Amino acid sequence: MLKFPIYLDYSATTPVDPRVAEAMIPWLTEHFGNPASRSHAYGWEAEQAVEDARGHVAALVNADPREIIWTSGATESNNLAIKGAAQFYKGKGKHLITLKTEHKAVLDTVRELERQGFEATYLDVQENGLIDLEALKAAIRPDTIVVSVMMVNNEIGVVQPIAEIGELCREKGIVFHVDAAQATGKVEIDLDSLKVDLMSFSAHKTYGPKGVGALYVRRKPRVRLEAQMHGGGHERGLRSGTLPTHQIVGMGEAFRIAREEMNAENGRIRRLRDKLLAGLQDMDEVYVNGDLTHRVPHNLNISFAYVEGESLIMAIKDVAVSSGSACTSASLEPSYVLRALGRNDELAHSSIRFSIGRFTTEEEVDFTIDLLHRKISKLRELSPLWEMVQEGIDLNTVQWAAH
Amino acid sequence: MFAPVYLDWNATTPLDEAVREAMLPWLGMRFGNASSRHEYGRQARAAIDEARARVAAAVGAHPTEVVFTSGGSEANNLFIKGAAALLKPGTVAVSAVEHPCVREPARQLRRNGWLFEEIAVDAEGRVEGSALTAVLSHKPALCSVMLANNETGVLQDVPALAARVRGVGGWFHTDGVQALGKVPVRFRELGVHALTVSAHKIGGPLGAGALVVDKRLELAPLIAGGGQERGLRSGTENVAAIVGFGVACEQALARIEARKAEAACTLKTLRDALEADLIEAGASVFSRGAPRLDNTCFFAIEGVDGETLVARLDRAGFAIASGSACSSASPEPSHTLLAMGVPAALARSAVRVSLGHRTTADEVQRFATALLQQVNELKQLTAMAV
Repeated sequence: MLKFPIYLDYSATTPVDPRVAEAMIPWLTEHFGNPASRSHAYGWEAEQAVEDARGHVAALVNADPREIIWTSGATESNNLAIKGAAQFYKGKGKHLITLKTEHKAVLDTVRELERQGFEATYLDVQENGLIDLEALKAAIRPDTIVVSVMMVNNEIGVVQPIAEIGELCREKGIVFHVDAAQATGKVEIDLDSLKVDLMSFSAHKTYGPKGVGALYVRRKPRVRLEAQMHGGGHERGLRSGTLPTHQIVGMGEAFRIAREEMNAENGRIRRLRDKLLAGLQDMDEVYVNGDLTHRVPHNLNISFAYVEGESLIMAIKDVAVSSGSACTSASLEPSYVLRALGRNDELAHSSIRFSIGRFTTEEEVDFTIDLLHRKISKLRELSPLWEMVQEGIDLNTVQWAAH
Repeated sequence: MFAPVYLDWNATTPLDEAVREAMLPWLGMRFGNASSRHEYGRQARAAIDEARARVAAAVGAHPTEVVFTSGGSEANNLFIKGAAALLKPGTVAVSAVEHPCVREPARQLRRNGWLFEEIAVDAEGRVEGSALTAVLSHKPALCSVMLANNETGVLQDVPALAARVRGVGGWFHTDGVQALGKVPVRFRELGVHALTVSAHKIGGPLGAGALVVDKRLELAPLIAGGGQERGLRSGTENVAAIVGFGVACEQALARIEARKAEAACTLKTLRDALEADLIEAGASVFSRGAPRLDNTCFFAIEGVDGETLVARLDRAGFAIASGSACSSASPEPSHTLLAMGVPAALARSAVRVSLGHRTTADEVQRFATALLQQVNELKQLTAMAV
């Protein structure tokens, strides 16, 4: 039994796993105490629940629970990490490095710091979406204090060489921040071996609730941050504000499940994604965006040439997908990530991000393959450009006349 | 099921049943990201718009004046730091009895060249007119005075204070977190430029708050990113909590209306009866003579340590507080009481009881009995130790 629209937009957000909801709800209802209330059982039990959850988050990434700071989400974690580190270490230098393909939560934060007097280098990526380590080495200056590179890209799903970047940054004494919002539950994260100083986590990308995230802050060697939210001194003074027990419990449970089920789940999801890929690749002029090897199993970002992007999205309303990342789909600009891969505007506009997940079924994948086949051929039938290409005309040689 | 009698409503409140019902679908099948263009996303976007309208209605503001945040602390930080970022460094003035999440961000502004001033209060905890006059002579660019104090329950005359600050060209903010749902909170009538409110103080969930802000006041966002909340607060919206916040506002408004019609057995009656018992037993009740929230009782019994008394009452089955939750880790006596001129020793004996709409007369009576019993025991112990 298919439910429409079929949800294939797991990278935008994930449903709360029923087990997570079940764990959360008592903390929303009967056990409603403020975890900072030291004076009664309502507060203590809430505090205990928060600490248990902290342990689950730490366990997924092989960190010490004391290294996990609760935030309202990965966007806030990214802001706290980058601004917090830049402001603390600005005596050492004022240069920041990141990639052009980062999430807006990182890019806008870095831009904000530029307005405050910092300097930034936004590195290009290779055509497969991966960082060029030589380019990073060349960009590092004596006054570089922070490097930020996401582990898994939200649009194209590629996995960056975090271990190698970490080695490089540690050698140079540069603080290394990683946005891992799209990574948890999808790739192995071992902060005991990765030389990462700061790492952002999101709950709602890993079957947890919205409104909660975390920031890993390394203790050995110690990383310092300027707090961005001041007040009652919560989270060792790094992030003030009453902790939302039920949301934190949800994140803890979601990460606990991820740790237990990730390997088996990834196998199943990879098979489904590969089926989807095979089913779509048998059409002409279909291009996968981003490296297929260094990529999470959940993501498939595909451009369908000679199909108008908006029409395509409208035509496939039976599946809920994304063209461009959710956080910027208010604007109809072509995806800056795809542009960074070298895709031209038309191809960028004609791209779809399929992201599957825990509850995706084979039936849904089959339906999607069939739907895309029908709609793409129909749209191409209507496309004069497609007609010309079929006739063997090289569109690049055409002189387009203005009217 | 053992459940202590909950008399700490100012710390946080139990979730309203209607709020729970409203929230559950958004932790279930309605899980879309509000920025997604498909049906899941559109559903979430519509729910947020509806919640925004409810919050706006509850405070008499326009929906476009409501900026959702993760809570009251964040909203306070957003006003103070966000406004200061777009102004030339000047003077920021806050009352001497503000919550740390107003005082600390204001103090932080000193690193950017701002002058920080505290506006003194009288022995009851009300802003002193003369103290404000002195501060106004420095033409503060930013000013914040809370509507209702979380510890004493004292209500400030915000319309009068705001008018005076506006008179010297300053922006005025009030932290209305403890006031919403207890007294009428009307944005325009208050004459403030910005107002902070929080869901979990009014039967809503933890994790949602709002800064209600006059659009003439320019704010730099604290959290950059995908541009949500018209660029003022980026980050995937917490739909469930926002929906809960909207319904909680409606419920709170309905309760205030219902209270107007009530005659006997209001919260005030229960609180006043408790205070009469306390005074008879020799307690000092803080701010008794000042305009106060009906539900709050902040008192001290000389020679009886507040933390100790509270711990014993917890064991006896009553949840109360010594000082506010946010600072109950710190051994410092209440900043508010010190600002009121209360000696540190007495301040260390301070205990706060705050009632709510589910509190019964029976609960308060049992509490009074238990309290007096514990006080006697503690006094005997002290006498023995001498």
